[in-house]
Parts: sequence; C-alpha cells; structure tokens
Amino acid sequence: MTDIQTIEAETLTAIEGAGDLPALDALRVAELGKKGRVSALMKTLGKMSPEERQDMGPKLNALKNRLADAIEARKTVLEDAALDAQVANESADLTLPPRPEPVGALHPVMQVFEEIAAIFGNMGFAVAEGPDIEDDWHNFTALNFPEGHPARETHDTFFFHPQQGDTPKVLRTHTSPVQIRTMTSQKPPIRIIAPGRVYRNDWDATHTPMFHQVEGLVIEKNVHMGHLKGCLIDFVKAFFEVDTVEARFRPHFFPFTEPSAEMDVKYTKKGETIEIGAGDRWMEILGSGMVHPNVLRNCGIDPDEYQGFAFGMGVDRLAMLKYGMPDLRPYFEADVDWSRHYGFAPWLTPSVAGGLS
Amino acid sequence: MKFPLSWLMDYLATTDDLDDILSYMLKAGLEVEHVDNPGESLGAFSVCKVKAAEPHPDADKLRVCTVDTIDGEKQIVCGAPNARAGMTAIYAPLGAYIPGLDFSLDKKPRKIRGVESSGMMCSAKELNAGDDHDGIADLDDKYPLGMPAAEALGLDDPVIDFEVTPNRPDWLGVKGIARDLAAAGAGTFIDDNIKRVSGAFDCPIDIRIGNESACPVFAGIYLRGVKNGPSPDWMQARLKAVGIQPRSLLVDVTNYVSIDRARPLHAYDAAKLRGPVTARLGRLGEQLPALDGKTYDITPDMCVIADASGAIGLGGVMGGESTAVSEETTDVFLESAWFDPLRTARTGRQTRINSDARYRFERGVDPQSCRDGLNLAARLILDHGGGTASSMKIVGEPPAARRRVPFYTGDVLRLTGLKTKSAAMKKKLKTLGFIIEDAGDLWYLDPPSWRFDIEQSADIVEEIARLEGYDALPTLSLPAPEGGVKSQTTPVQNRVRTARRTLASRGFLEAVTWSFMPLANAKLFGGGEAELTIANPVASELNQMRPTMLANLATAAQRAANTGERGVRLFEAGPVYLGDGPKDQRTVITAMVKPDATRHWQHGASPYDSYSAKADLFAVLAALGQPPERFQVDTPRQPHWHPGLGACLKLGPKVTVAHFGALHPRVLKALDVDGPILGFELNLNALPHMKTRPTKTKPVLDKPDLTPIRRDFAFLVDESTAAGALVRAANGADKTLIEAVDVFDIYQGAGVEPGKKSVAIEVTLQPRGENLTDSDIDAMSAKIVAAVEKAVGGILRA
Repeated sequence: MTDIQTIEAETLTAIEGAGDLPALDALRVAELGKKGRVSALMKTLGKMSPEERQDMGPKLNALKNRLADAIEARKTVLEDAALDAQVANESADLTLPPRPEPVGALHPVMQVFEEIAAIFGNMGFAVAEGPDIEDDWHNFTALNFPEGHPARETHDTFFFHPQQGDTPKVLRTHTSPVQIRTMTSQKPPIRIIAPGRVYRNDWDATHTPMFHQVEGLVIEKNVHMGHLKGCLIDFVKAFFEVDTVEARFRPHFFPFTEPSAEMDVKYTKKGETIEIGAGDRWMEILGSGMVHPNVLRNCGIDPDEYQGFAFGMGVDRLAMLKYGMPDLRPYFEADVDWSRHYGFAPWLTPSVAGGLS
Repeated sequence: MKFPLSWLMDYLATTDDLDDILSYMLKAGLEVEHVDNPGESLGAFSVCKVKAAEPHPDADKLRVCTVDTIDGEKQIVCGAPNARAGMTAIYAPLGAYIPGLDFSLDKKPRKIRGVESSGMMCSAKELNAGDDHDGIADLDDKYPLGMPAAEALGLDDPVIDFEVTPNRPDWLGVKGIARDLAAAGAGTFIDDNIKRVSGAFDCPIDIRIGNESACPVFAGIYLRGVKNGPSPDWMQARLKAVGIQPRSLLVDVTNYVSIDRARPLHAYDAAKLRGPVTARLGRLGEQLPALDGKTYDITPDMCVIADASGAIGLGGVMGGESTAVSEETTDVFLESAWFDPLRTARTGRQTRINSDARYRFERGVDPQSCRDGLNLAARLILDHGGGTASSMKIVGEPPAARRRVPFYTGDVLRLTGLKTKSAAMKKKLKTLGFIIEDAGDLWYLDPPSWRFDIEQSADIVEEIARLEGYDALPTLSLPAPEGGVKSQTTPVQNRVRTARRTLASRGFLEAVTWSFMPLANAKLFGGGEAELTIANPVASELNQMRPTMLANLATAAQRAANTGERGVRLFEAGPVYLGDGPKDQRTVITAMVKPDATRHWQHGASPYDSYSAKADLFAVLAALGQPPERFQVDTPRQPHWHPGLGACLKLGPKVTVAHFGALHPRVLKALDVDGPILGFELNLNALPHMKTRPTKTKPVLDKPDLTPIRRDFAFLVDESTAAGALVRAANGADKTLIEAVDVFDIYQGAGVEPGKKSVAIEVTLQPRGENLTDSDIDAMSAKIVAAVEKAVGGILRA
C-alpha cells in the first residue's frame, strides 16, 4: 500500500515539475511504460491470492488512471506554453500595404445595352444583330426611303467608295436594317431588339460620328399602336427604375413606320441631376411606329396578315440620362479616369428580378 | 419653318390662344422647336396719354407729369427730355417689373425730390423693345389709352418655329399649317378664293418647255408699268418675322407667296429677257452667274431656264443675275412652274445652293398651285406697285393627280386600337382636302394635290390617329409571348458578356473606341483595303474601318501615360472589319496592357509580360468553357506582333482564334507609343460552339479513392525546343494514368552544355482501382522518357 501512495505522490510531483514535453514523456515511460514502476506493480497481481487481487486490482488501476490523467493535463499546459512561445516570436507590420491589384470596370454603354436586353428579354424579345457596313437596300430602300428621298439627306451618311460601279456601301445610319435582315430570314411571330453601333457624319458637342442604338421590332397578328405605347412605357419605367412615368406620344415622320410617333417623358432637373418620370418639362427619348406596309412587303410579309411595331432609341443618351454623365464626348476616348468613375463593377449583372443597377 | 401667329390667323378662324395653338401643333405632329414671344414680358404695360408736364420745383431735369392711364389719372415724375403734354406714351404701374432694367417698381408711390410719383413712363429700351434711349417711347397718337403696350409696339405677334418633316412639304406654307390645325380641332379653316387677274393684254413672252419630265408646266404673267419700290409695311413685318430681309416689292412678293402657300415663283426684269423663255436641260459648258453673286457650272443633268442669251436661272433652285429685277424695273415677267423634285434635289446638292425654292421643290410643291400662286403674286404687285397685267399664259400640264386610295375604315382599330366614328373621320379628312367616296367599310379617297405622302390605307390611319391625338389610343402592355419567355441571346452574345466580365474582374477597364482609324495605321495592322476606306470621313484621321482594336487601345494607353497614369489595362469587345460584306465583320475581344513601373516594398513581382497576356487570354477561354488543351501556340500570323514575343493560338492547322504577347516595336514607333505593349486579341466568332446537350444535369463527380503519385523528370533538349511540345509528349505517354504535366524549372548554365537547356517537369499519376507498385511506376517513367525522347529528342538528365 505504501508503494501505491509513494509512487503516486512522487509521480504527481514529478509531473508538475516536468519543464517540457520530452521530460513529461520520459516520466510517462518511467511510470506507465511497459517497464515502468506502475506496470511492474501490475505484474505482481498474478502472484497474489484471489482476495488480495480483489483488493489491489482496482487500486492499481485507479492509480494508473490518475497518473495518466495528470500527465495528459500537464501535456496540455506545456503545449499551450509552447504555442505561446512560438506566437510570441511571429509578427509582421500589417500596417504595410499589400501588393496593389488593378481594378477593372465595365463601360456604361455596354452595361446599359445589357440592362435594355434584360428588360426586353423579360417581354420575350430576342437579341438580333447585323453588320455595321450595310448596302443601300438594307439601310434605305427596303425601309421605304426611296432613291433621292429628302429623308435620306437627313441621315448624314458615311459612304464607301463604290466597287465595280455598284451603289456604294454605307455605314449603317441606324439599327433599322436589322429589322430587314430579321424579317427576311425568319417568319413571324417576331420579337427582337437589335443593339449596335451606328454612324452619322456629324461631330459637335452633342453628336459623335459613331454612337449606339437599340432597335425593337414586334411582328405578330394582333399587336397595335396601343401595345406600342404600353410596351414602351413599361420599358421606360423598368429602365429608369421608377414606379410611374408620365409619357406622351406625338406624331412624327419616319419612312419605315406608319403611323409614326415620338415618345416624350416628363422630367425634373435639379442642379446637375435629372429625374425621369415626372416634372415640369418634356424630353424626347425615342422614335417609334407601326411597321410600314411597304417595309413588310419588301421583306415578303403580307401586311394584311401580319402587323407590328418598331422603335429605336439612342443608348448613349439613355445612359447619360440614367447615370448622369454630363457629356457624350468622353464615351469614346478610353479615358481611364472617366472609366473608373462612371464604369460598373464586373459582378453587377443586370436582371429584372435582381435589379438593373 | 417660322411663321408669326397673325399670319396663321389669315387662314384659321379660332378663339384659341397661343398655348392652345401650340398644343394642337404638337398633337397633329408639327413639332414646335421654339416660340419667340417678345410681348410676353410686357403684360403690365399699356398706352397712356400725358395731359400736362410741368417743371419739377426742385430739380431742373425732372418733370412732373399728369398722365391719363388705364388706372386713372396719375402723377408721374419723369426725367426724360422728351416728356411733354399731349404725348402718347407707355405706362408702367407701381410694382411692375421692368425687363430692360431688371428691377421692379416699388409697390407704393415714392417721393422724388419731394414730389410723389405713382408709376413710370418707359423707353422702348427699358421694355427690351428697341434702342431709342433718347427718352421715353413717343407713340403715334392713334393708339388709344389702355391699349396693351405689346400691341402698340408691334410686339404682340409671337413667332413659332417648328420642324417640317420631309413628308409634309405643304407645311412649308402658312395656309397648309392652318388646314392641318383646323382638322385637328383648332378652329375653322379659311380657304381664300383667289380671283383671277383679268389680263389687259396677252402675255408677250414666248414660253417653251424643252423637257417635260424636268418641268412639265410653266405659267407666266407679264406686268407693265410697275413701280418696284418698297413693299407695304405689313408684308415687310411678316417677312422680317420669318427671317427674310425685305428688298423690294417684286422680290418681297415672290418670297411672301412662297411662305404663304409653299409656292415658289420667280420675277424676271422683262426688259432684260432676250427671245423665248425655255425650261430645258442644261448644256455642257454653260454657266450661270446667279443671284447669290456666284457663278455655277451647268451640267446636262440640271434643269435651266434659258433665253436667247443662254441660262438665266436654275429651275426651282435660283434665278440668274442677268435678268434680276432692280429698282429701275418697270416690266416684269413672273414665272410659276413645277420642277421635278429628284432633279431639283440633285441640282441643289451639286451646286450646294440652299434656297427656299429648292427646299420646297425637292420636297414637292403642289402642282395645282401654279395659277393661284401666280394670280396672288400679280394681284399683290398691282395693288402695291401699280401697272397692268397680261393674261396668264400656261404651257404644259401639271403632273397627273395621284391615284385614288382605298381606305378600310376597320384599319384604324386594327392598327391603332382606336375606336372612332365614321362622321368624325370624314370631317377630319374633308378639312384636310380629301374627296371621299363612301362604299361602306371601304372608302375611296382622292388625296388633295398638295399631299404626296398618301398611298395606302395605313397612311389614312395615321391621319385619323394623329388628328384624334395619340393620347386617345389605348395603352396596353405587350402580352407575354405564347409558350412563355425563352432564353433570348446567342452564344456569341453570351461570350461577349462573359469575356468582358472576366477581364473587368482581372483589372481591365472597358473602352469603346471608334470603329474607324487612320488609313496609315490600319496598314500597319494588316488592314487598309480600299473597300474599307470611307469616301467622306468626318476627319481625315478617321477614314478606314479598323482591322483591329489594338491601335486604338494602344494610343489611348499612351494618352493616359502622358497624363501620368502608371500601368494601363484596357479592353474592348466589339467589331473589326475584314471586308465590306455582311459576313466580313468579326466580334473580337481585345485586352491591352501598358505595363506598370510602380515599386512595392515586397520586391520580386514579375512585370506584366507575354506570359501574363497568355494567362489573361486563357482565363477568358476558361470562362468561355474552352479547354486549354484544344489550342496550339504558333508563331504570329499578323505583322503587328513581336515575332519572338508574340504568338498566335490555333485550333488545328487552319483556324487562328487569337494572337497574344507583345506588339512589334516598329508598329509602336509608328503609332508614337512607348513600348512595351502587351495583350491579346481573341476572335469570339472563331471559337467552337459547345455541344448543346439534352439535359443540364452535370456528370457524376469522379473523385479518385487513391492518392496521386508525383514524379519529377529533367530533360536536356535543344535550346530552341518548345517546352509545349515536350509537355504534350509527356502527357501523351499514357492517356489514362497521367493526370497532369507541369513545368517547374527551365535551366541553362553550369552543368548544361551550350545550345541546350534543361526542362524539369512534374508528372502527376492518378491510380484508379488499385495502387501502383514500384515496378508499375518504373514502367510508366520509362514510357514518359521514351515519349519525350521520340518527340523532341530530350535526354533524361542523370
């Protein structure tokens, strides 16, 4: 019995005194290892009488467990101390700047293209495309601009040199030729928008020789001008992210629509900020109309069976109005400061459900 | 087109005021651009009569006036030297805002040097109505007490300026405007019946038509004994209001008729005419010294008016100097003809003459207006210049009337959603001048001779809808498409979006640059085809369609660098042009880096180089779902890439999808851009399309149970050997077991003979099913070594 008490007292003292993990481990081997003192005592159980064994067995087992627990506890203390010592030696001056990473941004016009596509996509419009270099037929004649018509003059067209006596190619003056390309290549019903670059020979404070338009076209059996109004009012509300828009439609003239209309919306100007939807002034934002029967016929569509509407809007100006860019000219200068200031983060993906901006 | 409101009222009986008229114009499609209403700010001012003007007891220069005003008798102290008893002047009541002085009078009478003054008498300058600052306005006594000052000063006539759309040349005459406004509901149209001028003699001029398509009808009246003095005040006032400087009666009358009813005329000094007057085509070598003082070369395409002396006018465009009227003119030959719009437009473009006559004839003048216009002009000349007129002589016939137009009345509802009654439609159309034959649901309409834009039923629908007002149409959301909304973008459109967002997230700023560039620069980049040169560029340096976006981006980067920007990363997604056909346009995405020279306390970051460009390119390709191993790197195919530091990316032997690396220093020098410039240009049209699968379900994850094994090899190869070829060979040694081959070292120097290099690779083997034994691994190693040796002659380093 003395042995048990002595061993326990001695060992517990030694455990407390163990200064590091190797010392503690040596102690464990010396007491609880195969050849340790406690193990040696355990071996004596075999030579004892059953009564003695009955008495000593549990006592020795308890001793073994107490010592093992004490060693484990000391081990945790020593490990903690070792980590503290290690951490105390590790430090960095985290006030220093990390290596700079360039920050990118998306161009407002391209972002607005996606916003417009998201809104009209929700109404079932596909995105169509056509070439920038057009022939006279697609850009003018098929759109009911007869040869020599004064409406052609208003377009300030860029021409290419005629090749082999052909009518010279032109840079498309509007996205409307995509209407023609769509109607001559697919059958109604049709709902498309056509975003893209367009060109006119005009360069001043409010005009650039290249700019962007989105064309829209709906050809079905029963859509009329009331749908045109509703569709475009719905669009303007969604685009400017406002609940109501006071809008009006005025007669105008476009060769490729009949009847034709321009759409104005009310706005307020507060300092440099423009608020669209209500206010004391009107602003023209797009042209539209029912597709002219001559245009349908030019595309092989029977105007007595199908009808529909078309519209076109200047995207650069819509972007200016929504996001407050004061000037059109820096759009195409690839100015890095302008891009950073007015650009959009790459994760801002416009969607109607998730919000456009 | 400008017109004063009073002129409109010649043809419109209405009680509407200016604002009403403007809203009718808007509703009917006459887009008002500007209203000049000088009398607008003069509402408070009225005519007064000065009864007495006594010297001020306490000031030499002031007078104490007793004035009869609209507000009763007032005592007004006035400093004007011309203030006198019996004068008719303009009275400003207390509190009135004086626009020319930009201040308001006190609301209570104030004492001036001890004498009370109630109001003010104004000069024209103080009302912004003139420059006579010698004193207060001294009006004709005929103006009654209390008359609005705007009226007395002749400022009560607002001038409206609006846009005439090309389809409505009849709006180029005030009468035509009135007709539309009446049809829109603004009042009643007053159609004047112009009386024929009874001729005192036969027109002595022999009028001939030499080309019936250029000039089908030519009418003339001869006037004798006319005094060509100034035109009457009212006519001068109207012409000034629309921006035409009055000259003399004869010139003013022709201008007046042109504005009044869109009917251009021309007046010749009959004494200067030689022989018959002929409308014919021009002759090569002919010249015309015109009224604008310039001499024009005539071409056989132009319609000229000629007499025995040659061309004396360009038909429908401008008259000639030799037969122009002057103050001495007493005998006049008035021309009223009809000129072909297309030919007139061509002549106008060729000569660059922008006259009121050209503007009207090229859009279309009412062919039936020859007589009325001529009669009106002759009448005005006789009334104001005296003399006698000949009878009218007409040669030729006006072009045939347009054919009848069938109008399906149901089209109004079908095309616009508007429900309207037959009677209302008829009233509008009749006011517009249509003749209607009602055959039930189908009407036959004869459009009036001044309308060139009415061909079919839809054109009538527009007339009904606009005159009713588009506000009257229903407003309906577009119904959802049958079968629901599907995905609506094409694969290339989706690529553009993904690629743009990938580059922006990697630190690139998106640019949108011109589709054109200088021809000389385009040639540096392998472009410059004649078919892509713009014939009429907006600026000489923007005359060629771009074959690449690199040039625009590099010059933009240099501009940024010049303003102190360090390290520029730009990209653009857009078109480049290989030819002028519809299939020759490519959608590319181009990234461009002008590397940074900034320092950082953690040294050792490698600068942006060709490998960085490759990394950005492959990041875009990965985002587009394009496995990198399907592409091969080869020497550049375009002249603007650095031959050693640039490369192209191929898909098989024929298709080049991209170029990347460094731009050629010679190209940069020509662009005046400091190198290096790095980047890539990826043709988004050239990438293969992913197969569309019937399901969106992803394949089951194949996660191996066994740990991969990695082994290193170092091969000695020729210096010129492409590491890519070595990697491909190692990869190909066993398609199932080898999962990855990565280059981790390239070494030249001690231990490696000159002309050789050591390429060290790590091969990852992925066992499946059962673990590899040592002998398995040895066998695989031998296969790899053999494959590399066979492909590139690589020898395993000991």
